[in-house]
Amino acid sequence: MSDHEYTPKSKFGKWFNDRLPLLTLANHLTDYPTPKNLNYWWTFGGILTFCLITQIVTGLVLAMHYIAHADMAFDSVEHIMRDVNYGWLIRYIHANGASMFFLAVYIHIFRSLFYGSYKAPREIIWIIGIIIYLLMMAAAFLGYVLPWGQMSFWGATVITNLFSAIPLVGEGIVTWLWGGYSVDNPTLTRFFTLHYLIPFLILGLVVLHIWALHVPGNNNPVGIDIKKPSKDTVPFHPYIVIKDGFALLMFMIVFAFFVFYTPNILGHADNYIEANPLVTPAHIVPEWYLLPFYAILRSVPDKLLGVVAMLSAILILAALPWLDTSKIRSAVFRPLYRQFYWILVADVLILGYVGAMPAEGLYLLVARVATAYYFLHFLVILPVLGWKEKTLPIPLSITESILGGSPNLATAKNRESLNK
Amino acid sequence: MSEKKTNRRDFLFTATYAVGAVGVGATVWPMIDQMNPDASVKALASTEVDVSAVNPGKTITVLWRGKPIFIRRRTQDEIAEARSVKLEDLKHPEKDEDRAVNPEWLVMLGVCTHLGCVPLDQKGEYNGWFCPCHGSHYDISGRIRKGPAPTNMEIPKYEFVNANTIKIG
Repeated sequence: MSDHEYTPKSKFGKWFNDRLPLLTLANHLTDYPTPKNLNYWWTFGGILTFCLITQIVTGLVLAMHYIAHADMAFDSVEHIMRDVNYGWLIRYIHANGASMFFLAVYIHIFRSLFYGSYKAPREIIWIIGIIIYLLMMAAAFLGYVLPWGQMSFWGATVITNLFSAIPLVGEGIVTWLWGGYSVDNPTLTRFFTLHYLIPFLILGLVVLHIWALHVPGNNNPVGIDIKKPSKDTVPFHPYIVIKDGFALLMFMIVFAFFVFYTPNILGHADNYIEANPLVTPAHIVPEWYLLPFYAILRSVPDKLLGVVAMLSAILILAALPWLDTSKIRSAVFRPLYRQFYWILVADVLILGYVGAMPAEGLYLLVARVATAYYFLHFLVILPVLGWKEKTLPIPLSITESILGGSPNLATAKNRESLNK
Repeated sequence: MSEKKTNRRDFLFTATYAVGAVGVGATVWPMIDQMNPDASVKALASTEVDVSAVNPGKTITVLWRGKPIFIRRRTQDEIAEARSVKLEDLKHPEKDEDRAVNPEWLVMLGVCTHLGCVPLDQKGEYNGWFCPCHGSHYDISGRIRKGPAPTNMEIPKYEFVNANTIKIG
Protein backbone atom coordinates (compact mmCIF):
# COMPACT_ATOMS: atom_id res chain seq x y z
CA MET A 1 0.00 0.00 0.00
CA SER A 2 1.20 3.48 -0.79
CA ASP A 3 1.76 5.24 2.47
CA HIS A 4 1.39 8.78 1.18
CA GLU A 5 -1.86 10.60 0.49
CA TYR A 6 -2.45 11.18 -3.18
CA THR A 7 -3.85 14.41 -4.64
CA PRO A 8 -4.47 14.72 -8.39
CA LYS A 9 -2.72 17.65 -10.06
CA SER A 10 -5.55 18.93 -12.28
CA LYS A 11 -8.56 20.70 -10.86
CA PHE A 12 -10.98 18.33 -12.64
CA GLY A 13 -8.97 15.37 -11.44
CA LYS A 14 -9.27 16.58 -7.88
CA TRP A 15 -13.00 17.22 -8.27
CA PHE A 16 -13.55 13.74 -9.72
CA ASN A 17 -11.26 11.97 -7.26
CA ASP A 18 -13.09 13.50 -4.30
CA ARG A 19 -16.28 11.89 -5.61
CA LEU A 20 -14.86 8.57 -6.86
CA PRO A 21 -11.24 7.91 -5.91
CA LEU A 22 -10.33 6.07 -9.11
CA LEU A 23 -7.21 8.20 -9.51
CA THR A 24 -6.07 7.23 -6.03
CA LEU A 25 -6.49 3.60 -7.07
CA ALA A 26 -4.54 4.18 -10.30
CA ASN A 27 -1.81 5.90 -8.30
CA HIS A 28 -1.70 3.04 -5.84
CA LEU A 29 -1.32 0.52 -8.66
CA THR A 30 1.43 2.58 -10.29
CA ASP A 31 3.46 3.23 -7.16
CA TYR A 32 2.73 -0.14 -5.50
CA PRO A 33 6.02 -1.07 -3.83
CA THR A 34 7.34 -4.37 -5.18
CA PRO A 35 10.26 -6.39 -3.82
CA LYS A 36 13.21 -5.62 -6.06
CA ASN A 37 14.41 -9.25 -6.15
CA LEU A 38 11.35 -10.66 -7.97
CA ASN A 39 12.45 -13.12 -10.66
CA TYR A 40 10.71 -14.16 -13.87
CA TRP A 41 8.57 -16.75 -12.07
CA TRP A 42 6.70 -13.74 -10.68
CA THR A 43 5.62 -12.57 -14.13
CA PHE A 44 2.93 -15.23 -14.51
CA GLY A 45 0.29 -13.24 -12.64
CA GLY A 46 0.37 -10.66 -15.40
CA ILE A 47 0.50 -13.38 -18.04
CA LEU A 48 -2.59 -15.01 -16.51
CA THR A 49 -4.49 -11.73 -16.62
CA PHE A 50 -3.61 -11.55 -20.29
CA CYS A 51 -4.86 -15.13 -20.79
CA LEU A 52 -8.18 -14.36 -19.10
CA ILE A 53 -8.76 -11.25 -21.21
CA THR A 54 -7.82 -13.18 -24.36
CA GLN A 55 -10.31 -15.95 -23.56
CA ILE A 56 -13.09 -13.48 -22.80
CA VAL A 57 -12.54 -11.43 -25.97
CA THR A 58 -12.17 -14.41 -28.33
CA GLY A 59 -15.04 -16.17 -26.55
CA LEU A 60 -17.39 -13.22 -27.03
CA VAL A 61 -16.56 -13.19 -30.73
CA LEU A 62 -17.05 -16.95 -31.10
CA ALA A 63 -20.42 -16.71 -29.35
CA MET A 64 -21.57 -14.40 -32.17
CA HIS A 65 -21.24 -17.31 -34.62
CA TYR A 66 -21.74 -20.44 -32.54
CA ILE A 67 -25.15 -22.12 -32.24
CA ALA A 68 -25.80 -24.00 -29.00
CA HIS A 69 -28.05 -26.76 -30.36
CA ALA A 70 -27.32 -30.48 -30.52
CA ASP A 71 -28.18 -30.58 -34.24
CA MET A 72 -26.24 -27.48 -35.21
CA ALA A 73 -23.36 -26.98 -32.79
CA PHE A 74 -20.89 -29.23 -34.62
CA ASP A 75 -21.67 -27.65 -37.99
CA SER A 76 -21.56 -24.13 -36.59
CA VAL A 77 -18.02 -24.74 -35.32
CA GLU A 78 -17.01 -25.92 -38.79
CA HIS A 79 -18.76 -22.85 -40.16
CA ILE A 80 -16.58 -20.71 -37.90
CA MET A 81 -13.49 -22.56 -39.12
CA ARG A 82 -14.31 -22.32 -42.84
CA ASP A 83 -16.64 -19.41 -43.52
CA VAL A 84 -16.35 -16.75 -40.82
CA ASN A 85 -13.66 -14.16 -41.57
CA TYR A 86 -10.64 -15.08 -39.46
CA GLY A 87 -12.89 -17.55 -37.65
CA TRP A 88 -10.14 -20.20 -37.76
CA LEU A 89 -7.75 -17.79 -36.07
CA ILE A 90 -10.16 -16.74 -33.36
CA ARG A 91 -11.16 -20.33 -32.59
CA TYR A 92 -7.59 -21.58 -32.54
CA ILE A 93 -6.60 -18.74 -30.19
CA HIS A 94 -9.53 -19.63 -27.92
CA ALA A 95 -8.87 -23.39 -27.96
CA ASN A 96 -5.11 -23.12 -27.51
CA GLY A 97 -5.65 -20.18 -25.17
CA ALA A 98 -7.24 -22.59 -22.70
CA SER A 99 -4.09 -24.70 -22.73
CA MET A 100 -1.86 -21.64 -22.41
CA PHE A 101 -4.01 -20.45 -19.51
CA PHE A 102 -3.44 -23.74 -17.69
CA LEU A 103 0.26 -23.81 -18.57
CA ALA A 104 0.62 -20.37 -16.97
CA VAL A 105 -1.53 -21.24 -13.95
CA TYR A 106 0.50 -24.39 -13.23
CA ILE A 107 3.73 -22.39 -13.32
CA HIS A 108 2.07 -19.77 -11.09
CA ILE A 109 0.93 -22.44 -8.59
CA PHE A 110 4.26 -24.25 -8.51
CA ARG A 111 6.02 -20.92 -8.01
CA SER A 112 3.86 -20.41 -4.92
CA LEU A 113 4.71 -23.91 -3.73
CA PHE A 114 8.44 -23.32 -4.12
CA TYR A 115 8.61 -19.90 -2.51
CA GLY A 116 5.94 -20.54 0.14
CA SER A 117 3.72 -17.73 -1.11
CA TYR A 118 0.66 -19.44 0.41
CA LYS A 119 1.90 -18.96 3.97
CA ALA A 120 0.80 -16.32 6.46
CA PRO A 121 -0.21 -13.60 5.83
CA ARG A 122 -1.17 -14.65 2.29
CA GLU A 123 -3.60 -17.55 2.96
CA ILE A 124 -6.63 -15.73 1.57
CA ILE A 125 -4.82 -14.88 -1.67
CA TRP A 126 -3.98 -18.56 -1.98
CA ILE A 127 -7.51 -19.81 -1.28
CA ILE A 128 -9.04 -17.36 -3.76
CA GLY A 129 -6.46 -18.66 -6.22
CA ILE A 130 -7.61 -22.25 -5.65
CA ILE A 131 -11.23 -21.21 -6.25
CA ILE A 132 -10.15 -19.51 -9.48
CA TYR A 133 -8.34 -22.70 -10.47
CA LEU A 134 -11.48 -24.79 -9.80
CA LEU A 135 -13.58 -22.40 -11.86
CA MET A 136 -10.99 -22.54 -14.64
CA MET A 137 -11.33 -26.31 -14.73
CA ALA A 138 -15.12 -26.01 -14.83
CA ALA A 139 -14.96 -23.45 -17.64
CA ALA A 140 -12.48 -25.56 -19.61
CA PHE A 141 -14.63 -28.68 -19.27
CA LEU A 142 -17.85 -26.87 -20.23
CA GLY A 143 -16.14 -25.20 -23.18
CA TYR A 144 -14.77 -28.50 -24.42
CA VAL A 145 -18.34 -29.86 -24.66
CA LEU A 146 -19.58 -27.04 -26.92
CA PRO A 147 -18.13 -28.24 -30.30
CA TRP A 148 -20.30 -31.36 -29.79
CA GLY A 149 -17.72 -33.80 -31.11
CA GLN A 150 -17.20 -37.33 -29.85
CA MET A 151 -14.80 -36.27 -27.09
CA SER A 152 -17.14 -33.43 -26.13
CA PHE A 153 -20.07 -35.79 -25.76
CA TRP A 154 -18.29 -38.60 -23.96
CA GLY A 155 -16.22 -36.28 -21.83
CA ALA A 156 -19.48 -34.64 -20.73
CA THR A 157 -21.02 -38.08 -20.06
CA VAL A 158 -18.09 -39.29 -17.96
CA ILE A 159 -17.65 -36.10 -15.96
CA THR A 160 -21.35 -35.58 -15.19
CA ASN A 161 -21.54 -39.25 -14.18
CA LEU A 162 -18.99 -38.50 -11.46
CA PHE A 163 -21.93 -37.05 -9.53
CA SER A 164 -23.77 -40.38 -9.71
CA ALA A 165 -21.19 -41.65 -7.22
CA ILE A 166 -22.94 -39.64 -4.49
CA PRO A 167 -25.05 -42.05 -2.43
CA LEU A 168 -28.86 -41.85 -2.69
CA VAL A 169 -29.24 -38.54 -4.55
CA GLY A 170 -26.49 -39.11 -7.14
CA GLU A 171 -28.68 -40.39 -9.99
CA GLY A 172 -31.19 -37.58 -9.43
CA ILE A 173 -28.44 -34.98 -9.56
CA VAL A 174 -27.10 -36.38 -12.83
CA THR A 175 -30.57 -36.34 -14.44
CA TRP A 176 -30.97 -32.79 -13.18
CA LEU A 177 -27.61 -31.76 -14.64
CA TRP A 178 -28.50 -33.34 -18.00
CA GLY A 179 -32.09 -32.12 -18.17
CA GLY A 180 -32.91 -35.57 -19.55
CA TYR A 181 -31.86 -39.19 -19.38
CA SER A 182 -28.59 -38.68 -21.23
CA VAL A 183 -26.34 -35.84 -22.36
CA ASP A 184 -28.44 -34.11 -25.00
CA ASN A 185 -29.63 -30.74 -26.23
CA PRO A 186 -30.78 -29.42 -22.82
CA THR A 187 -27.31 -30.28 -21.50
CA LEU A 188 -25.61 -28.40 -24.31
CA THR A 189 -27.63 -25.20 -23.89
CA ARG A 190 -27.02 -25.02 -20.14
CA PHE A 191 -23.33 -25.79 -20.56
CA PHE A 192 -23.09 -22.91 -23.02
CA THR A 193 -24.77 -20.57 -20.55
CA LEU A 194 -22.43 -21.58 -17.72
CA HIS A 195 -19.37 -21.47 -19.96
CA TYR A 196 -20.31 -17.88 -20.74
CA LEU A 197 -20.85 -17.01 -17.06
CA ILE A 198 -17.77 -18.50 -15.40
CA PRO A 199 -15.08 -16.26 -16.98
CA PHE A 200 -16.81 -13.23 -15.48
CA LEU A 201 -16.90 -14.91 -12.07
CA ILE A 202 -13.18 -15.56 -12.50
CA LEU A 203 -12.65 -11.92 -13.41
CA GLY A 204 -14.34 -10.85 -10.17
CA LEU A 205 -12.23 -13.27 -8.16
CA VAL A 206 -9.08 -12.01 -9.89
CA VAL A 207 -9.91 -8.53 -8.60
CA LEU A 208 -10.21 -9.97 -5.07
CA HIS A 209 -7.01 -12.00 -5.59
CA ILE A 210 -5.07 -8.84 -6.49
CA TRP A 211 -6.75 -6.82 -3.76
CA ALA A 212 -5.78 -9.42 -1.17
CA LEU A 213 -2.26 -9.41 -2.63
CA HIS A 214 -1.94 -5.66 -2.25
CA VAL A 215 -2.62 -5.80 1.47
CA PRO A 216 0.57 -7.64 2.57
CA GLY A 217 2.39 -7.05 -0.74
CA ASN A 218 4.25 -9.59 -2.84
CA ASN A 219 6.20 -12.48 -1.46
CA ASN A 220 9.67 -12.74 -3.00
CA PRO A 221 12.37 -15.32 -3.78
CA VAL A 222 13.95 -15.13 -0.31
CA GLY A 223 10.53 -15.18 1.32
CA ILE A 224 11.18 -12.57 4.01
CA ASP A 225 9.16 -9.46 4.76
CA ILE A 226 9.99 -6.07 3.34
CA LYS A 227 11.75 -3.84 5.86
CA LYS A 228 10.20 -0.41 6.19
CA PRO A 229 11.64 2.07 5.45
CA SER A 230 14.21 0.46 3.15
CA LYS A 231 15.53 0.12 -0.34
CA ASP A 232 13.93 -3.34 -0.59
CA THR A 233 11.26 -2.25 -3.06
CA VAL A 234 10.82 -0.63 -6.44
CA PRO A 235 7.60 0.96 -7.72
CA PHE A 236 5.41 -1.34 -9.82
CA HIS A 237 5.62 1.10 -12.72
CA PRO A 238 7.89 1.13 -14.64
CA TYR A 239 10.04 -1.66 -13.14
CA ILE A 240 7.59 -4.55 -12.91
CA VAL A 241 5.47 -3.37 -15.82
CA ILE A 242 8.44 -3.62 -18.16
CA LYS A 243 9.56 -6.95 -16.75
CA ASP A 244 6.05 -8.42 -16.96
CA GLY A 245 5.74 -6.99 -20.45
CA PHE A 246 8.93 -8.68 -21.62
CA ALA A 247 7.89 -12.01 -20.10
CA LEU A 248 4.46 -11.68 -21.71
CA LEU A 249 6.13 -11.16 -25.09
CA MET A 250 8.11 -14.40 -24.65
CA PHE A 251 4.94 -16.18 -23.59
CA MET A 252 3.09 -14.89 -26.64
CA ILE A 253 5.77 -16.39 -28.89
CA VAL A 254 5.02 -19.82 -27.42
CA PHE A 255 1.28 -19.11 -27.68
CA ALA A 256 1.62 -18.05 -31.33
CA PHE A 257 3.69 -21.13 -32.11
CA PHE A 258 0.82 -23.38 -31.05
CA VAL A 259 -1.86 -21.27 -32.78
CA PHE A 260 -0.05 -20.98 -36.10
CA TYR A 261 2.06 -24.12 -36.39
CA THR A 262 0.38 -26.93 -34.43
CA PRO A 263 -3.12 -25.69 -33.59
CA ASN A 264 -4.52 -29.20 -33.04
CA ILE A 265 -1.64 -30.91 -31.27
CA LEU A 266 -3.19 -30.35 -27.82
CA GLY A 267 -6.65 -31.51 -28.95
CA HIS A 268 -8.02 -34.93 -29.89
CA ALA A 269 -8.77 -36.05 -33.45
CA ASP A 270 -11.95 -37.74 -32.18
CA ASN A 271 -13.48 -34.35 -31.53
CA TYR A 272 -13.68 -33.75 -35.28
CA ILE A 273 -16.25 -36.57 -35.40
CA GLU A 274 -19.76 -35.42 -34.53
CA ALA A 275 -21.18 -36.65 -31.22
CA ASN A 276 -22.72 -40.13 -31.42
CA PRO A 277 -24.54 -41.44 -28.33
CA LEU A 278 -24.22 -45.06 -29.54
CA VAL A 279 -20.46 -45.26 -29.90
CA THR A 280 -17.93 -44.48 -27.20
CA PRO A 281 -14.45 -43.65 -28.56
CA ALA A 282 -11.98 -46.44 -27.85
CA HIS A 283 -9.91 -44.24 -25.59
CA ILE A 284 -11.42 -41.32 -23.70
CA VAL A 285 -8.90 -38.85 -22.35
CA PRO A 286 -9.44 -35.38 -20.97
CA GLU A 287 -7.35 -32.41 -22.06
CA TRP A 288 -3.75 -32.55 -20.88
CA TYR A 289 -4.24 -30.11 -18.00
CA LEU A 290 -6.73 -32.41 -16.26
CA LEU A 291 -4.75 -35.62 -16.71
CA PRO A 292 -3.10 -35.82 -13.24
CA PHE A 293 -6.51 -35.70 -11.57
CA TYR A 294 -7.94 -38.16 -14.08
CA ALA A 295 -5.10 -40.55 -13.20
CA ILE A 296 -6.01 -40.23 -9.51
CA LEU A 297 -9.69 -40.93 -10.31
CA ARG A 298 -8.82 -44.09 -12.23
CA SER A 299 -6.25 -45.37 -9.77
CA VAL A 300 -8.93 -46.05 -7.14
CA PRO A 301 -10.91 -49.22 -7.93
CA ASP A 302 -14.05 -47.97 -6.15
CA LYS A 303 -16.35 -45.49 -7.90
CA LEU A 304 -17.25 -43.25 -4.95
CA LEU A 305 -13.77 -43.36 -3.42
CA GLY A 306 -12.24 -42.56 -6.82
CA VAL A 307 -14.31 -39.41 -7.10
CA VAL A 308 -13.55 -38.50 -3.49
CA ALA A 309 -9.81 -38.98 -4.09
CA MET A 310 -9.88 -36.81 -7.18
CA LEU A 311 -11.73 -33.97 -5.47
CA SER A 312 -9.54 -34.23 -2.37
CA ALA A 313 -6.44 -33.94 -4.53
CA ILE A 314 -7.58 -30.45 -5.51
CA LEU A 315 -9.20 -29.36 -2.26
CA ILE A 316 -6.19 -30.44 -0.19
CA LEU A 317 -4.40 -27.47 -1.74
CA ALA A 318 -6.75 -25.10 0.08
CA ALA A 319 -5.52 -26.52 3.40
CA LEU A 320 -1.89 -26.15 2.39
CA PRO A 321 -1.16 -23.03 4.47
CA TRP A 322 -1.94 -25.11 7.58
CA LEU A 323 -0.45 -28.41 6.42
CA ASP A 324 2.93 -26.81 5.83
CA THR A 325 4.08 -26.12 9.36
CA SER A 326 7.41 -24.52 8.50
CA LYS A 327 7.80 -20.86 9.40
CA ILE A 328 10.35 -20.37 6.63
CA ARG A 329 8.64 -19.47 3.37
CA SER A 330 11.20 -19.87 0.60
CA ALA A 331 12.50 -23.31 -0.42
CA VAL A 332 15.87 -21.60 -0.97
CA PHE A 333 16.45 -21.92 2.79
CA ARG A 334 14.80 -25.34 3.17
CA PRO A 335 17.26 -27.93 1.82
CA LEU A 336 14.98 -30.92 2.46
CA TYR A 337 11.74 -29.31 1.33
CA ARG A 338 13.49 -28.30 -1.88
CA GLN A 339 14.10 -31.97 -2.70
CA PHE A 340 10.57 -33.04 -1.82
CA TYR A 341 9.30 -30.15 -3.93
CA TRP A 342 11.01 -31.53 -7.03
CA ILE A 343 9.78 -35.04 -6.22
CA LEU A 344 6.24 -33.62 -6.09
CA VAL A 345 6.75 -31.92 -9.47
CA ALA A 346 7.94 -35.25 -10.91
CA ASP A 347 5.03 -37.05 -9.23
CA VAL A 348 2.45 -34.73 -10.82
CA LEU A 349 4.13 -35.08 -14.23
CA ILE A 350 4.07 -38.88 -13.87
CA LEU A 351 0.39 -38.75 -12.91
CA GLY A 352 -0.24 -36.66 -16.01
CA TYR A 353 1.56 -39.19 -18.17
CA VAL A 354 -0.24 -42.27 -16.82
CA GLY A 355 -3.53 -40.36 -16.99
CA ALA A 356 -3.10 -40.29 -20.75
CA MET A 357 -2.36 -44.02 -20.93
CA PRO A 358 -4.82 -46.93 -20.66
CA ALA A 359 -5.68 -47.81 -17.03
CA GLU A 360 -4.15 -51.28 -16.95
CA GLY A 361 -1.02 -53.23 -16.04
CA LEU A 362 2.06 -51.23 -15.19
CA TYR A 363 0.38 -47.86 -15.88
CA LEU A 364 -2.25 -48.60 -13.24
CA LEU A 365 0.41 -49.63 -10.73
CA VAL A 366 2.44 -46.46 -11.36
CA ALA A 367 -0.74 -44.36 -11.08
CA ARG A 368 -1.51 -45.93 -7.71
CA VAL A 369 1.96 -45.33 -6.33
CA ALA A 370 2.00 -41.75 -7.62
CA THR A 371 -1.48 -41.08 -6.18
CA ALA A 372 -0.42 -42.41 -2.80
CA TYR A 373 2.72 -40.26 -2.89
CA TYR A 374 0.73 -37.15 -3.82
CA PHE A 375 -1.34 -37.43 -0.65
CA LEU A 376 1.67 -38.49 1.39
CA HIS A 377 3.45 -35.29 0.38
CA PHE A 378 0.69 -33.03 1.64
CA LEU A 379 -0.58 -35.01 4.61
CA VAL A 380 2.62 -36.43 6.08
CA ILE A 381 5.80 -35.01 4.58
CA LEU A 382 4.89 -31.32 4.79
CA PRO A 383 3.66 -31.28 8.42
CA VAL A 384 6.60 -33.40 9.65
CA LEU A 385 9.17 -31.46 7.65
CA GLY A 386 8.02 -28.24 9.32
CA TRP A 387 9.42 -29.25 12.71
CA LYS A 388 12.14 -31.74 11.71
CA GLU A 389 13.96 -29.80 9.01
CA LYS A 390 17.11 -27.81 9.78
CA THR A 391 16.70 -24.67 7.71
CA LEU A 392 19.49 -22.47 6.45
CA PRO A 393 19.97 -19.00 7.93
CA ILE A 394 17.73 -16.49 6.20
CA PRO A 395 19.08 -13.09 5.11
CA LEU A 396 18.26 -10.06 7.19
CA SER A 397 16.79 -8.13 4.33
CA ILE A 398 15.97 -8.44 0.65
CA THR A 399 18.69 -5.96 -0.16
CA GLU A 400 21.25 -8.01 1.73
CA SER A 401 20.25 -11.17 -0.10
CA ILE A 402 20.89 -9.43 -3.41
CA LEU A 403 24.22 -7.94 -2.39
CA GLY A 404 25.28 -11.29 -0.98
CA GLY A 405 27.62 -11.86 1.90
CA SER A 406 27.04 -13.13 5.36
CA PRO A 407 23.83 -12.91 7.32
CA ASN A 408 25.77 -10.85 9.81
CA LEU A 409 24.03 -7.55 10.30
CA ALA A 410 27.16 -5.43 10.55
CA THR A 411 28.71 -6.87 7.37
CA ALA A 412 25.49 -6.44 5.48
CA LYS A 413 25.12 -2.84 6.59
CA ASN A 414 28.68 -2.17 5.65
CA ARG A 415 28.16 -3.53 2.16
CA GLU A 416 24.96 -1.64 1.71
CA SER A 417 26.62 1.62 2.62
CA LEU A 418 29.47 0.87 0.19
CA ASN A 419 26.97 0.44 -2.60
CA LYS A 420 25.19 3.69 -1.94
CA MET B 1 -29.98 -7.66 29.58
CA SER B 2 -28.79 -10.57 31.64
CA GLU B 3 -31.91 -12.69 31.94
CA LYS B 4 -33.05 -14.43 28.76
CA LYS B 5 -36.72 -13.80 28.30
CA THR B 6 -38.68 -14.43 25.16
CA ASN B 7 -40.72 -11.40 24.32
CA ARG B 8 -43.08 -10.37 21.55
CA ARG B 9 -40.24 -8.94 19.46
CA ASP B 10 -38.40 -12.29 19.45
CA PHE B 11 -41.57 -13.91 18.22
CA LEU B 12 -41.87 -11.33 15.45
CA PHE B 13 -38.24 -11.93 14.37
CA THR B 14 -38.69 -15.69 14.29
CA ALA B 15 -41.93 -15.44 12.38
CA THR B 16 -40.36 -13.04 9.87
CA TYR B 17 -37.36 -15.32 9.29
CA ALA B 18 -39.64 -18.31 8.84
CA VAL B 19 -41.88 -16.56 6.31
CA GLY B 20 -38.78 -15.18 4.58
CA ALA B 21 -37.21 -18.64 4.32
CA VAL B 22 -40.37 -20.13 2.83
CA GLY B 23 -40.56 -17.25 0.38
CA VAL B 24 -36.95 -17.63 -0.72
CA GLY B 25 -37.41 -21.40 -1.05
CA ALA B 26 -40.57 -21.01 -3.12
CA THR B 27 -38.76 -18.56 -5.41
CA VAL B 28 -35.60 -20.60 -5.80
CA TRP B 29 -37.28 -23.96 -6.44
CA PRO B 30 -38.60 -23.09 -9.95
CA MET B 31 -35.09 -21.90 -10.85
CA ILE B 32 -33.70 -25.29 -9.83
CA ASP B 33 -36.52 -27.49 -11.11
CA GLN B 34 -36.44 -25.94 -14.61
CA MET B 35 -33.26 -27.92 -15.15
CA ASN B 36 -34.99 -31.29 -14.63
CA PRO B 37 -36.22 -33.25 -17.69
CA ASP B 38 -39.00 -31.26 -19.36
CA ALA B 39 -42.36 -32.52 -20.66
CA SER B 40 -41.05 -33.11 -24.19
CA VAL B 41 -38.18 -35.22 -22.90
CA LYS B 42 -40.47 -37.25 -20.66
CA ALA B 43 -42.91 -37.79 -23.55
CA LEU B 44 -40.33 -39.94 -25.36
CA ALA B 45 -40.58 -42.56 -22.65
CA SER B 46 -41.22 -45.75 -24.68
CA THR B 47 -39.95 -47.34 -27.91
CA GLU B 48 -41.09 -50.44 -29.81
CA VAL B 49 -38.43 -52.56 -31.49
CA ASP B 50 -38.84 -55.27 -34.16
CA VAL B 51 -36.39 -58.05 -33.30
CA SER B 52 -37.40 -60.62 -35.96
CA ALA B 53 -34.17 -60.05 -37.93
CA VAL B 54 -31.85 -60.71 -35.00
CA ASN B 55 -30.07 -64.09 -35.27
CA PRO B 56 -28.78 -66.03 -32.26
CA GLY B 57 -25.40 -64.72 -31.14
CA LYS B 58 -26.11 -61.21 -32.42
CA THR B 59 -26.72 -57.97 -30.59
CA ILE B 60 -28.60 -54.96 -31.85
CA THR B 61 -28.40 -51.51 -30.31
CA VAL B 62 -31.39 -49.19 -30.23
CA LEU B 63 -31.74 -45.73 -28.80
CA TRP B 64 -34.14 -45.19 -25.92
CA ARG B 65 -34.28 -41.90 -24.02
CA GLY B 66 -31.00 -40.92 -25.69
CA LYS B 67 -29.29 -44.02 -24.33
CA PRO B 68 -28.33 -47.23 -26.11
CA ILE B 69 -30.26 -50.42 -25.34
CA PHE B 70 -28.52 -53.69 -26.11
CA ILE B 71 -30.83 -56.47 -27.31
CA ARG B 72 -28.92 -59.73 -27.54
CA ARG B 73 -30.32 -63.00 -28.79
CA ARG B 74 -28.22 -65.43 -26.83
CA THR B 75 -27.09 -68.86 -28.00
CA GLN B 76 -27.80 -71.98 -25.92
CA ASP B 77 -24.13 -72.04 -24.82
CA GLU B 78 -24.31 -68.46 -23.62
CA ILE B 79 -27.49 -69.09 -21.70
CA ALA B 80 -25.91 -72.15 -20.06
CA GLU B 81 -22.83 -70.09 -19.20
CA ALA B 82 -24.85 -67.22 -17.75
CA ARG B 83 -26.99 -69.54 -15.63
CA SER B 84 -24.09 -71.62 -14.33
CA VAL B 85 -22.32 -68.70 -12.57
CA LYS B 86 -22.43 -68.96 -8.79
CA LEU B 87 -23.92 -65.96 -7.02
CA GLU B 88 -21.00 -65.72 -4.57
CA ASP B 89 -18.65 -65.02 -7.51
CA LEU B 90 -20.57 -61.86 -8.33
CA LYS B 91 -19.85 -58.34 -7.16
CA HIS B 92 -23.52 -57.46 -7.59
CA PRO B 93 -25.34 -60.79 -7.13
CA GLU B 94 -28.27 -61.17 -9.48
CA LYS B 95 -29.60 -64.39 -11.03
CA ASP B 96 -29.58 -64.56 -14.80
CA GLU B 97 -33.15 -65.86 -14.51
CA ASP B 98 -34.16 -62.49 -13.06
CA ARG B 99 -32.24 -60.48 -15.65
CA ALA B 100 -33.42 -62.36 -18.73
CA VAL B 101 -36.96 -63.63 -18.13
CA ASN B 102 -37.00 -65.06 -21.63
CA PRO B 103 -33.52 -66.64 -21.52
CA GLU B 104 -32.92 -66.20 -25.23
CA TRP B 105 -33.29 -62.43 -25.04
CA LEU B 106 -31.15 -60.15 -22.93
CA VAL B 107 -32.48 -56.59 -23.02
CA MET B 108 -30.40 -54.12 -21.07
CA LEU B 109 -29.26 -50.53 -20.88
CA GLY B 110 -25.95 -50.43 -22.77
CA VAL B 111 -24.45 -48.00 -20.32
CA CYS B 112 -21.52 -48.80 -18.08
CA THR B 113 -22.53 -48.21 -14.47
CA HIS B 114 -19.16 -46.67 -13.73
CA LEU B 115 -19.23 -43.39 -15.64
CA GLY B 116 -21.70 -43.94 -18.44
CA CYS B 117 -19.68 -45.08 -21.45
CA VAL B 118 -21.04 -47.62 -23.93
CA PRO B 119 -19.35 -51.01 -23.41
CA LEU B 120 -18.12 -53.00 -26.43
CA ASP B 121 -19.86 -56.21 -27.47
CA GLN B 122 -18.15 -59.64 -27.19
CA LYS B 123 -15.05 -58.23 -25.55
CA GLY B 124 -13.41 -58.60 -22.18
CA GLU B 125 -12.42 -61.50 -20.00
CA TYR B 126 -15.95 -62.80 -19.36
CA ASN B 127 -17.18 -63.29 -22.90
CA GLY B 128 -19.66 -60.43 -22.53
CA TRP B 129 -19.02 -56.71 -22.66
CA PHE B 130 -16.00 -54.56 -21.96
CA CYS B 131 -16.01 -50.85 -21.22
CA PRO B 132 -13.06 -49.15 -22.94
CA CYS B 133 -13.16 -46.08 -20.73
CA HIS B 134 -11.99 -47.45 -17.41
CA GLY B 135 -11.81 -51.19 -18.01
CA SER B 136 -14.98 -52.78 -16.57
CA HIS B 137 -15.68 -56.37 -17.66
CA TYR B 138 -19.26 -57.68 -17.88
CA ASP B 139 -20.40 -61.27 -18.44
CA ILE B 140 -22.96 -62.56 -20.94
CA SER B 141 -25.72 -61.58 -18.55
CA GLY B 142 -24.38 -58.01 -18.35
CA ARG B 143 -23.20 -58.52 -14.78
CA ILE B 144 -20.11 -56.71 -13.54
CA ARG B 145 -17.25 -59.15 -13.00
CA LYS B 146 -14.12 -57.02 -12.90
CA GLY B 147 -13.24 -53.32 -12.92
CA PRO B 148 -14.46 -50.12 -11.28
CA ALA B 149 -18.19 -50.30 -12.16
CA PRO B 150 -20.23 -50.80 -8.97
CA THR B 151 -23.31 -52.62 -10.35
CA ASN B 152 -24.57 -54.77 -13.20
CA MET B 153 -25.81 -53.09 -16.34
CA GLU B 154 -29.38 -52.02 -15.74
CA ILE B 155 -32.38 -53.91 -17.12
CA PRO B 156 -35.01 -51.44 -18.32
CA LYS B 157 -38.72 -52.05 -18.04
CA TYR B 158 -39.74 -53.91 -21.20
CA GLU B 159 -42.27 -56.40 -22.50
CA PHE B 160 -42.88 -58.60 -25.53
CA VAL B 161 -45.81 -57.09 -27.38
CA ASN B 162 -45.76 -60.17 -29.63
CA ALA B 163 -43.12 -62.78 -30.51
CA ASN B 164 -41.16 -60.33 -32.65
CA THR B 165 -41.69 -56.97 -30.98
CA ILE B 166 -40.24 -55.64 -27.73
CA LYS B 167 -41.65 -52.52 -26.13
CA ILE B 168 -39.09 -50.71 -23.98
CA GLY B 169 -40.21 -48.27 -21.33
